[in-house]
Amino acid sequence: MTALRTWLLDDSPASRLQANLGRAWRVWTALLRNPLAVVGGLIILVLIVMAIFAPLIAPYSPIGQDLANRLMPPSAAHWMGTDELGRDIYSRVVYGARITLLIVTMVAVIAAPVGLVIGAVSGYFGGWADRILMGVTDIFLSMPKLILALAFVAALGPGIENAIIAIAITAWPVYARIARAETITFRDAEFIAAIRLQGASSTRVILRHVLPLCASSTIIRVTLDMAGIILTAAGLGFLGLGAQPPLPEWGAMIARGRNFILDQWWVATMPGFAIILVSLGFCFLGDGLRDVLDPKQGGKQ
Amino acid sequence: MTDAAIHLENLSISYGKTPVVHDVTFSVAEGESFALVGESGSGKSTILRAITGLAPDWTGAISVLGKPRGHAPDRDFAKICQMVFQDPYGSIHPRKTVDDCLAEPLAVHGIGGRDTRVKDMLAAVGLDQRFRFRFPHQLSGGQRQRVAIARALMLEPRVMLLDEPTSALDVSVQAEILNLLKKLRREQGLTYLMVTHNLPVVSFLCDRLAVMRHGRVVEIADVAALKTGRLADPYSRELYAASGGALQPA
Amino acid sequence: MTVPLLDIENLTVTFPTATGPVDVVKGISFSLGRERLGIVGESGSGKSMTGRAILKLIRRPGRVTADEMVFDGIDLTTQSEKDMRHLRGARISMVMQDPKFSLNPVMTVGAQIAEALVTHKKLPRRELQARVLSMLEAVRINEPERVARLYPHEVSGGMGQRIMIAMMLIPEPDLLIADEPTSALDVSVQAQVLDIIDDLVTGKGMGLILISHDLNLVARYCDRILVMNGGEIVEECKASELHQARHPYTRGLLAAMPRMDEDREELPVLDRSTWTTGAGT
Repeated sequence: MTALRTWLLDDSPASRLQANLGRAWRVWTALLRNPLAVVGGLIILVLIVMAIFAPLIAPYSPIGQDLANRLMPPSAAHWMGTDELGRDIYSRVVYGARITLLIVTMVAVIAAPVGLVIGAVSGYFGGWADRILMGVTDIFLSMPKLILALAFVAALGPGIENAIIAIAITAWPVYARIARAETITFRDAEFIAAIRLQGASSTRVILRHVLPLCASSTIIRVTLDMAGIILTAAGLGFLGLGAQPPLPEWGAMIARGRNFILDQWWVATMPGFAIILVSLGFCFLGDGLRDVLDPKQGGKQ
Repeated sequence: MTDAAIHLENLSISYGKTPVVHDVTFSVAEGESFALVGESGSGKSTILRAITGLAPDWTGAISVLGKPRGHAPDRDFAKICQMVFQDPYGSIHPRKTVDDCLAEPLAVHGIGGRDTRVKDMLAAVGLDQRFRFRFPHQLSGGQRQRVAIARALMLEPRVMLLDEPTSALDVSVQAEILNLLKKLRREQGLTYLMVTHNLPVVSFLCDRLAVMRHGRVVEIADVAALKTGRLADPYSRELYAASGGALQPA
Repeated sequence: MTVPLLDIENLTVTFPTATGPVDVVKGISFSLGRERLGIVGESGSGKSMTGRAILKLIRRPGRVTADEMVFDGIDLTTQSEKDMRHLRGARISMVMQDPKFSLNPVMTVGAQIAEALVTHKKLPRRELQARVLSMLEAVRINEPERVARLYPHEVSGGMGQRIMIAMMLIPEPDLLIADEPTSALDVSVQAQVLDIIDDLVTGKGMGLILISHDLNLVARYCDRILVMNGGEIVEECKASELHQARHPYTRGLLAAMPRMDEDREELPVLDRSTWTTGAGT
């Protein structure tokens, strides 16, 4: 173990692999030293495990109705009680993790790269490209997220795929703005000039040299935005425009529980807790990542 | 003019609407080390940037090794002429290892044998192999400048443009880098066009110098004139005196 | 030299790092009369930290300890932050490297110089204005009335630095600490600025600490020189005797500098192993 650690922390690594692993190891240990980041990471880990092993963890089927046991309060048999169709809420929350995770990763995978590339191109070239791209970005940015998503879902039709697309469309402008701002700070730097002088094309400069520098701030922003994405998804679900019944999407579950909120509080509360917990988890992790990946921090090593 | 490594004719450069350099004409022979001397704002660095294509707004003619230059950096030019920048802290990508930095020009031009070439180049610029996978923030200023020189030499150019390569360094480190530049030039028959405000450095490294003021060349002289304090132009003599030299009649 | 203006005994500046505390200044001692003292060294030698420590400008987590740090009878080690604010500017001034970062961009030059004076001494407006203009004249600025109305971005680097000097000297301090005052300036302007500092300092009988990396420059403008390396003073000598320096570091530095009439094929490189004990790289 100690041999491995000294190998990883070697000041003068002998191979590319060792250098990269060593760097990853430093980020990792720095992350572990941040208690909030660890808590956030654990929450996300639990979410992922729940999503993967949902059938093993959930005691009941998420859509199996049992009308004899409608609206049962939390008990030993039903840890989080049952809803108006007698479905076990705990099982639905566990299965709901799959949908939440799907939405969050899909939005991140679609929106972050799109925003990054648009922002980097805009910042790197400047001039007309910048004005047009940022004009479009600002139009998207100026509209409230949920309203814009609503409009898209209304146009595309309700459903989970359309909800993902709609949220992605509302999410990318922020990343474009961040990437552009970062790119402008080093667009005229000498290291970019040096790479251009070596004959590298603009595409290569952007992809290999500009984007890696914008990546860490974008990753941090994405993790911090996860909470917002979950809430937007929940909002769409709540309005009946996201995942359709009987899918156990957390926002939709809250929407249905609304009718019983005064007498059967657990129906709406339990998925609400899940949303808050996961949002918090992503926020903590994002905060921790910011402390670790921030370039000013890295320079001090 | 066929044997000139760099030839500038009536070169005028502007940034936007501001003219910075006016009607500069000189040529640098192959294998020569030529200095552009002047104070900040004299336009000396701008000339280097125009040659490389980083300052595209110029009129007149620039040719490097007999080939006329365009107004932007290009791939073929990269193989014959490279530049070393002033600030070793700003001219190296902060998130890439020394290895990435040196292998990149080879990758751009599809040149193979990267491992051995990078190792050989590290040895040539006097950097130990253990620096190969370090990041810039783990290196000192002098080590970074060695990396920058190595990077410029990766494509085996014949002409090197040096933009104040030692002005950001401590005296003792400056001596090391100057020795290195001198050794590389001797070994590889390089042509240097160096911008500096430091006259003693010119005396050590260069054969000829052009003194610039307000975007114009006021004097082109042999380095012997500098060493003996016999520069002719009043402004050159003023610079010389300010740098601590004892003037002789021109 | 009678009673020293500044007396420093065993000054240490420590910064904590990931691998434990590091002393950037390692127990140095020196004293200063009403004379011009040069501190030379390369980056990381601790020369700037020494200057800042005297003014207690080292921020946390940095720590300053000293057995004795006495300025004109005042024990600086026991002064509170509030007392230090009265001392700074009024009795001890500091000129920094780059005027661009030290001048307030939204105040005219004249107003800034006036403010430097007013914070330490209340004066009627008319007299204040006259003092500002005469100070600008003293730093050899032509048309002081016009320049006083300019904003910092409208003046050149050399003029900016002269304005800084005017600001620092108008309260008539007893000690001026100049930390690389001319490194951002062109050679010909450097000489002008240093001549001005020199005139004012000798004219008013102040003490000067000139911190620089440039041995020749310090030798030209100071009476006495301290050479620092790795947080320690390795050599102390009269400026006129710098070229007979004994310590291998000083000698190495002198030799490593290219000369105007250079004929050496190769510059001698410092061999640090001859005196350092493995400190620093």
